[in-house]
Amino acid sequence: MYLSLATTHQPATDLGFLLHKHPGRLHEMELAFGKAHLVYAEANEARCEAALILDIDPVGLVRGKGMGEGLLDQYVNDRPYAASSFLSVALNKTLRTAMNGVCTARPELAAAEIPLEAVITPLPARGGEALVRALFEPLGWAVEVEPVAGPEGEASRYVTLRLAGTARLSALLSHLYVLIPVLDDDKHYWVGDDEVDKLMARGKGWLEGHPSRDLIVRRYLIHRRGLADAALARLAPEAAEAILPGEPRQTREDQLEAPIKLNDARMLAVAVALEATGARAVADLGCGEGKLLRQLVKTRWAERLIGLDAGLRDLEWAARRLKLNEPGGPPEGRVTLLHGSLTYRDERWHGVDAAALVEVIEHLDEDRLPALAQVVFGQARPGAVVVTTPNAEYNALFPKLAAGAMRHPDHRFEWTRAQFRDWAAGIERDFGYRAVFSDIGEVHPELGAPTQMAVLTR
Amino acid sequence: MRRPDPTDIAIPDFALVVLIGASGAGKSSFAARSFAPTEVISSDYARALVSDDETDQSVSNDAFDLVRAIAEKRLKHRRLAVIDATNIRAADRKGWIELARRWHALPVAIVLDPGIEACLAHNKGRENRAFGAGVVKRMTDELRRGVRGLQREGFRQVWTLGTEAGIAAAEVSRQPLWTDKRTDHGPFDIIGDIHGCAAELELLLEKLGYAVAWSQTDGERTVSVTPPPGRKAVFVGDLVDRGPASPDCVRIAMSMVEAGGAYAVQGNHERKFGRWLEGRKVTLSHGLQQTADQMEAESPAFKAQVATFLADLRSHVWLDGGRLAVAHAGLKEEMIGRGSGAVREFALYGETTGEIDEFGLPVRADWAAKYRGDTAVVYGHTPMLEAQWVNNTLCIDTGCVFGGKLTALRWPEKDLVEVPALQTWFEPMRPLGGEAARSAQADADDLLDIADVTGRRWIDTTLRGRLVIPEEKASAALEVMSRYALGPQWLAYLPPTMSPVETSTREGWLERPEEALAHYRERGVTRLVAQEKHMGSRAVIALCRDAAAARARFGGMAGEAGQIWTRTGRAFFGDAAMTEGLLARLRGAVEAAGLWEELATDWLLLDAEIMPWSAKAGALIEAQYAPVAASSVAGLNAGAQALRRAAALNPEAAALATRFEDRAARAALYGKAWAPYVWPVGGVEDLKVAPFHLLASEGRVWFDQDHLTHMAIADRLAATGDAVIAATRWRVVELGDEASCADAVAWWEALTAAGGEGMVIKPLDFVARGPKGLLQPALKVRGREYLRIIYGPEYDAPENLERLRQRGLGGKRNLALREFALGHEALLRFVAREPLRRVHECVFAVLAAESEAVDPRL
Repeated sequence: MYLSLATTHQPATDLGFLLHKHPGRLHEMELAFGKAHLVYAEANEARCEAALILDIDPVGLVRGKGMGEGLLDQYVNDRPYAASSFLSVALNKTLRTAMNGVCTARPELAAAEIPLEAVITPLPARGGEALVRALFEPLGWAVEVEPVAGPEGEASRYVTLRLAGTARLSALLSHLYVLIPVLDDDKHYWVGDDEVDKLMARGKGWLEGHPSRDLIVRRYLIHRRGLADAALARLAPEAAEAILPGEPRQTREDQLEAPIKLNDARMLAVAVALEATGARAVADLGCGEGKLLRQLVKTRWAERLIGLDAGLRDLEWAARRLKLNEPGGPPEGRVTLLHGSLTYRDERWHGVDAAALVEVIEHLDEDRLPALAQVVFGQARPGAVVVTTPNAEYNALFPKLAAGAMRHPDHRFEWTRAQFRDWAAGIERDFGYRAVFSDIGEVHPELGAPTQMAVLTR
Repeated sequence: MRRPDPTDIAIPDFALVVLIGASGAGKSSFAARSFAPTEVISSDYARALVSDDETDQSVSNDAFDLVRAIAEKRLKHRRLAVIDATNIRAADRKGWIELARRWHALPVAIVLDPGIEACLAHNKGRENRAFGAGVVKRMTDELRRGVRGLQREGFRQVWTLGTEAGIAAAEVSRQPLWTDKRTDHGPFDIIGDIHGCAAELELLLEKLGYAVAWSQTDGERTVSVTPPPGRKAVFVGDLVDRGPASPDCVRIAMSMVEAGGAYAVQGNHERKFGRWLEGRKVTLSHGLQQTADQMEAESPAFKAQVATFLADLRSHVWLDGGRLAVAHAGLKEEMIGRGSGAVREFALYGETTGEIDEFGLPVRADWAAKYRGDTAVVYGHTPMLEAQWVNNTLCIDTGCVFGGKLTALRWPEKDLVEVPALQTWFEPMRPLGGEAARSAQADADDLLDIADVTGRRWIDTTLRGRLVIPEEKASAALEVMSRYALGPQWLAYLPPTMSPVETSTREGWLERPEEALAHYRERGVTRLVAQEKHMGSRAVIALCRDAAAARARFGGMAGEAGQIWTRTGRAFFGDAAMTEGLLARLRGAVEAAGLWEELATDWLLLDAEIMPWSAKAGALIEAQYAPVAASSVAGLNAGAQALRRAAALNPEAAALATRFEDRAARAALYGKAWAPYVWPVGGVEDLKVAPFHLLASEGRVWFDQDHLTHMAIADRLAATGDAVIAATRWRVVELGDEASCADAVAWWEALTAAGGEGMVIKPLDFVARGPKGLLQPALKVRGREYLRIIYGPEYDAPENLERLRQRGLGGKRNLALREFALGHEALLRFVAREPLRRVHECVFAVLAAESEAVDPRL
């Protein structure tokens, strides 16, 4: 990754004083993940240009130094080459004094707004040129964005960014320090509470009133909501009460359905339907992170709850959110989480009075549904089963959803109301259940509701 | 008058023995003398385990929990257990009776009552047993009050030893259970439900080689049946009712059993018939009327003889070293070779759900679908169209009396011998059988049990012995298998991972073919095959001749005539039309090559590579490799240019500039590395498929054939002229011949220089062994530019290569061998038509092994 800083303020070589790096020498700084070289590509009275070149060891990086130890991190990736939080760390290590605006030799120069140019490449611009401009232009920079071509000449996610303007050098460095990782939308290190302090320090004087402030804060704090809320409260105390809009990293499905808060309506409808069956022991099949369980655990009638999911990570989250085996959590034995699958018979959850399949069946290939039906309706045979699934007809009403597309990339199918009824009729016939259908969410006169629900009892 | 104490206490060899006696009665010494130390579970010892004090009564509850837990585990494993505690009160004993019932063990009581004086004298000699005389007297009184009721409490045997001398003299001996005939190794002919069809029975016996001779003795009709030498018959019960000649059927079975040439187990019709003979009130339904009518002509002597015979019938027999059990209506695994009321009821009636079907008959729970035992269970009771094995169980009631046939199973040959019914003797209440298109096993297989795949498991493999699958690995595979993989009925195989060759020490190279040749040479291999490694994606192809063949062999239900899946069991193509399109081309090639007839099969399992790489890896290229190419070129070039400009001002920067220029040049190569492996795919026409192993066909796993055979078949498929079917270039390498080795190396250099991924080198034998056991079935030798994609743009810079050479291959190789053995095992089981869960556990284990953390660049 490459960053150059240039000025035409005369004498231009005074840039060496501002950077605390003599233009006549090569500068090399050791970093945890490699080296930083600072050299002067040009140094005369009229123009002076310093280049900060990061020399990251791609092999050492893969071997787990400084990066996570996960398998994917062992693969080749763009981290040794792309401008990212590595560059911010390098700026802080090599040019901290300049970034702080301190210059004992030329204090008046450090405080002065001088003509500056900067080039950064390759900069991963997640959000595209529009976002690059939205971030830098309000700060007074003339922005030039040149796409970096891929190996086949195709467009890549990277750009070469050129900034020009008149500003204090410390302001330019601070802008870059914050906004490079914001455009990359990632951090190579663990983000904790002290990250908020760093943002406050480097954003001082320009972030408070930045039109994209919220986005900058969220991305800089890698979408950790608690941290973002704390930072915003400090940046704009008057807005502290306002709720942050939805996080951009939520699932596509949530984004689509967000305006109607469909998920909450769904959980409520399912909980009501379960209670109406008179059940005491309930299994949430495909419980995910335990949203329904958290709803049910608050009720009195649900004496015993079982959550089943194939995803170990989901179950860990569910356990944490339900505070299982933690002080303040449900009493021992009331909630059991099981790692399992709906295509295998599993006697561990047999014997419940009712079961819920909330937005689950559409995540299985259609040819596995007979196995699911056998497992749930043929083998476990709870007295009642509540099933919800998207109503495909309603998709036409989602403005952002292309025709024929599904609401979630993992959906294997989305059924019309007739298809759902057909499937339920098969359950009635094969397993002796009776189905009653209802709608969840706002009902459209022709297309029905966004979610369809069946309560099957025997 | 007291009866004298018994001296021979003959108990079943599988029982729950409850010792009963006051403190000091001598229970522990009696137990120590009569049982193995591990068989005796003492409450004193359990007290000591939980509190370090065997007399601490305050921990009694916990101590008894422990005794019960240990006893339960022993009974579960069919081991005798002896409860050494006072067990004075009926309430103390109730729990033991329940425990015995739960595990179908006979509860046996042994009462030790040497008198109060003897107990006190005994206690005096022991520390911490300073019970007053009152305590011992109270215990003895209570014990004596309860003894008479022990049978009623549920003890099947009660032994009372009333004197010190009696206790000292008594010897415990053990008898096998009535049902335990494991020492009888047969061979056997197991005969299904006869229901009075004497004529068909005679025909069947003759077909099985038995000679049946009727005669009149003292006015009684008698029969004598001579079996083929060494063989014995086993009747699964329901000899009588509905059919035309029940008395003769009983005569045949009775005479064979009495002569020692047969076993008979009780059927539900025998039980009712027996009750009727005893004069009890029973409804003459379900064909008993016919039997009653036929019995009218019989003599009182015959009736008495039959009554005795029926009363002595066993619930089941356990035969042939434990490998075979015969019961009328079947038996669960935990009931075999055990005795309880529940065992008898199950053996007679099977398991019902309590519901009644539309024909008024009880709905049967499908115990066979859940059966997981190693003992084969042969049974009758439920008429079927055909006798079919399901999970190591076989129902051989083929409804002779309803106009079906009478079936026998030869054991251990497992041959079915059948005689059609001479006529329909009785109209069935419910039509026989259902759809016959899918096998009974396929129906049972529709449901796998979570317990078949999770938890710590082990699999016995033919190639590598017992392999353990740790619980956390199985757990990691569950989500992939249940959410992303194809239906388990298709996944008969997953390919093993392949290890790279030993790291080359040659300057500038990470992998070279010389090391692969050396690897096998050092392990005693003389001939290798070297194959071009296609740069596509690995695929396993189940190719069926038509949808009917797919349904019969794989149990596919949606009318597919085959499937194609990836290394992790996912469908290779997102859309079924593409899958079927490619299958159709392959089917055409197999047809043209005449392989269906030649191999006598209507399905094949093929190991293949499907190209282009981008068809499967397009997203990976776009999301990972292309960005690396774009960013490395841009970043390094910018750096190099700045450094070159700096060098003009300061010559010291020249070296650095040169280094960055070198890095930039390597980065430029990176973006070109995958170009040969990427092309757009609009339809089947744009694909290439290169099969290179024939894994299995009907009745056959092809791992016993060398690679010449496999490549010959691959060549024949490619030679049919379909452009979609690609040939794999290959050659034999003679390790003893330097020219041959040099030729292989030169070929590799040429292949990789032309943009090829590299080469796979295999011993000629599919399964090769060396002095230290199984050899790697294949080693990959990847080309320099291909490795760049995997290891990164600058991997071959000298300072990087030096570090990358420090790669450990041990884990990867061990994994490759384990997966190879598991995949082979899956195929063996699949071809032998073992239950799906047995195939699936191997395939699941391959996937579980893949969750091992191994450097993915290897």
